[in-house]
Amino acid sequence: MADLTSDFLGIRSPNPFWLASAPPTDKEYNVRRAFEAGWGGVVWKTLGSEGPPIVNVNGPRYGVLYGADRQLLGLNNIELITDRPLEVNLEEMARVKADYPDRALIASIMVPCEEEAWKAILPRVEETGADGIELNFGCPHGMSERGMGSAVGQVPEYIEMVTRWCKKYYSRPVIVKLTPNITDIRKPAAAAKNGGADAVSLINTINSITAVDLDDLAPEPKIDGKGSHGGYCGPAVKPIALSMVSEIARDPETAGLPISGIGGVTTWRDAAEFLVLGAGNVQVCTAAMTYGFKIVEEMISGLSQWMDEKGYASVDEVVGCAVPNVTDWKHLNLNYITKARIDQDLCIKCGRCFAACEDTSHQAIAMNPGRVFEVKDDECVACNLCVNVCPVEDCITMVRLEAGEIDERTGKVVEPDYANWTTHPNNPAATAAE
Amino acid sequence: MGNSPFTPGVVSARLPAEALAENFGDLHAPYTAHEAHVAADRCYFCYDAPCMEACPTTIDIPLFIRQIATGTPEAAAKTIFDQNILGGMCARVCPVEQLCEEVCVREVAEGKPVEIGRLQRYATDTLMAKNAHPFERAAPTGKRIAVVGAGPAGLACAHRLAMKGHSVTVFDARPKAGGLNEYGIASYKTVDDFAQKEVDWLLRIGGIEVQTGRALGEGGLTLDALAADHDAVFLGIGLGGVNALGAEGEETGNVADAVDFIEDLRQARDLATLPVGRDVVVIGGGMTAIDAAVQSKLLGAQNVTLVYRRGRDRMSASEYEQDLAASKGVHIVHHAMPVRVIGNGAVREVEFEYTSDGPNGLEPTGETFRLRADQLLRAIGQRLEGAPDGLTLEGGKIAVSGAGRTSMPNVWAGGDCAAGGDDLTVTAVAEGRDAAEDIHAQLS
Ligand SMILES: Cc1cc2nc3c(=O)[nH]c(=O)nc-3n(C[C@H](O)[C@H](O)[C@H](O)COP(=O)(O)OP(=O)(O)OC[C@H]3O[C@@H](n4cnc5c(N)ncnc54)[C@H](O)[C@@H]3O)c2cc1C
Ligand SMILES: Cc1cc2nc3c(=O)[nH]c(=O)nc-3n(C[C@H](O)[C@H](O)[C@H](O)COP(=O)(O)O)c2cc1C
Ligand code: SF4
Repeated sequence: MADLTSDFLGIRSPNPFWLASAPPTDKEYNVRRAFEAGWGGVVWKTLGSEGPPIVNVNGPRYGVLYGADRQLLGLNNIELITDRPLEVNLEEMARVKADYPDRALIASIMVPCEEEAWKAILPRVEETGADGIELNFGCPHGMSERGMGSAVGQVPEYIEMVTRWCKKYYSRPVIVKLTPNITDIRKPAAAAKNGGADAVSLINTINSITAVDLDDLAPEPKIDGKGSHGGYCGPAVKPIALSMVSEIARDPETAGLPISGIGGVTTWRDAAEFLVLGAGNVQVCTAAMTYGFKIVEEMISGLSQWMDEKGYASVDEVVGCAVPNVTDWKHLNLNYITKARIDQDLCIKCGRCFAACEDTSHQAIAMNPGRVFEVKDDECVACNLCVNVCPVEDCITMVRLEAGEIDERTGKVVEPDYANWTTHPNNPAATAAE
Repeated sequence: MGNSPFTPGVVSARLPAEALAENFGDLHAPYTAHEAHVAADRCYFCYDAPCMEACPTTIDIPLFIRQIATGTPEAAAKTIFDQNILGGMCARVCPVEQLCEEVCVREVAEGKPVEIGRLQRYATDTLMAKNAHPFERAAPTGKRIAVVGAGPAGLACAHRLAMKGHSVTVFDARPKAGGLNEYGIASYKTVDDFAQKEVDWLLRIGGIEVQTGRALGEGGLTLDALAADHDAVFLGIGLGGVNALGAEGEETGNVADAVDFIEDLRQARDLATLPVGRDVVVIGGGMTAIDAAVQSKLLGAQNVTLVYRRGRDRMSASEYEQDLAASKGVHIVHHAMPVRVIGNGAVREVEFEYTSDGPNGLEPTGETFRLRADQLLRAIGQRLEGAPDGLTLEGGKIAVSGAGRTSMPNVWAGGDCAAGGDDLTVTAVAEGRDAAEDIHAQLS
């Protein structure tokens, strides 16, 4: 069986599944139960400065995007960082870490952007024996109005500055948690690296309004008739997170910087996708909040089965495997030509492919008598929309034209060699191939 | 012209071969991968799930369904086999409508449960099709254990013991292993010789020797000898005897035990060789009665009547099984008991008397009626036969305490032959497995 042991920044855990900083990791009671359920590590719910604890709203904190059968597809929240006293959290962390030396325990921290504030809290966190810290530069709601969270994460200079302070006052690994509420994720990642960060973790939540109550005319979740944007997470954000992780993994400036992948991890497959795109481990919040701690069992069994099937012996072998295959558009092979093919035996004659292609694409599907749908090769641009909207798996597939065949749409012979936009005759900036 | 459903008497080949093949095909077609995904997606992954509690082997149902949903049916199968090594057979034969699916929160809320049984079959079939056995034996312990009876109880016990590193010898009186999986379960629930394939697959754990044609109590094979020779003995001998009707004329020809009829059917290489009556009457209210009635009908009997002495709600066959029988054309008569079998050499009619279920129990009403019958099948229950001397019995079965401990030291029992628990395949598996754990604990 594949070895799922994870070594992230020298922090070892029995598997690469950590719980992200959020309600599941808010207190000793939860974290002990999470470890018993099999989680490899936790990032404790974000700590704030000493003093009167944070105050949360007392009405609903969450808004949800549902599927038809009330599957939770996306979640948003307006919760702040921990609202329990710093003392209590630190004591609990120390106790739990002592009892679970084989699990990762990371302290998440968010204090004001002042050196004194960091200097004050870091030694106290160090005393707990936690394996590292994560700097919460991500929460996009509430705390950001007070100049913390994403308000820091959106300014690369601040990230670099605070990271430096942390490296100065703290001896163990420093992970910088990034906000996705920014145009180019590579900039804050590079800033973290320049500040000496040992790793970045991403994504934190995305600014969002999940729904509007059309009777009360207020966004959800509603507090006494008003709402505020929240942070979006859960399955719906995975595509955004995957892209951001891959950007950091392949940018020359940040390549090699360890990444903890977060955002919509719900199954082993999601986790594997983060790992192959360069994440050294993954963190999970919404899936645990939706299904309970037990889901980690599926993540563990699924990942190890897949690794066994593919012949990966360890998590390290998996990390970043797909990064070389993430490239710029301009490097995609324009001589790779495919056509949609409809398997008439599988077709159930719903006509969705026809509607999609006829109304919104390239009028490349013919509807013949008897509701027989056929692709017109001379019109098909291979956009894949018919495949995507077909309700039957494998009924419509994309078939590659062999070199030497004629593409009926262009009337040209399919070239055998790779050729991309940079050398294409239509590209004014084309550099002629030598 | 060959025979047809209208041919009088007890004759074979009432239906053409194609019709027989169709009738005895899979009761539920296996799921395709896509169907399994859609079905799995309906599971809510309930906390402390009621289905799990309702499963006698406590399979982690939410977990295995989630493993199907995430595209790893092999892992799902492992989750199932961890608790129930005969999870493949149980997926086919469990009365899920009375077990896991009955308590599924979606059954309770919508009357439409997650189809746990079919999902279980999808997972176990997937792994078994790869011919993969997901367990390895622990290092040999040097301990030797005798298991008597190669039915679900004995097989589950043997597998668990072998896994723990013990050496197991299984003795069974019959020519094939499998118990009622091989000789009793309705054909359309376990097609394509699944019972034998499952036994072969199970034995791949290693460390189990099966000796068929070895009956306890015969040829010097006694419990005392086994106990003296082994570190422990497990008895999983099922219920070999059949209850009599106690009706006048019961000895007439063409009156048989339903279990024998079913056994012949299960062992027949060619269903067209099996004789069945034109007018078949089956007496009983359990699964055996239903299976005998349904299979008579599927063989081509023109009229099949199942007669039960109490009301519908008292039948031990589930409502689902009763509906299945009705849908196949079996006529079910309630509140009637046989008083006389009429016929000269062979049954011709059966006389019944109506009953009422009053405060003094079941009472005949005095009103009688007759049913035409050229074949009569008894299915009013099995009983323990040939229990070794020296064992304390309770209610006609071997008395056990804890995880199957009998009154004799180092002798355990489980499955149908042991007191307590329902007479179901899955219960037999649970009891065999738990006895193995207890034996292991005692030996280590
Ligand atoms: C017709 C019929 C249909 C059924 N359908 C279902 C169903 O759909 N679903 C369900 O859950 N349950 C069903 N059952 C019940 C189920 O088959 C039993 O509960 C289950 O098989 C019990 O397992 P077991 O191992 O205790 O006994 P068995 O399966 O009876 O196995 C006992 C084994 O012991 C052997 N044996 C007996 N005496 C001796 C001896 N002296 N020496 C050596 N070996 C001996 C026998 O040959 C046999 O192989 C059905 C039962 C019958 C009769
Ligand atoms: C209710 C809630 C509270 C959260 N609180 C914090 C927090 O205190 N600190 C933090 O770094 N991230 C917090 N997050 C963000 C999560 O750690 C995580 O980055 C995000 O939810 C994306 O992962 P997911 O899709 O698995 O939920 C919170 C998320 C939720 C839903
Ligand atoms: S989950 Fe429900 S019961 Fe629990 S705190 Fe939230 S609102 Fe209250």
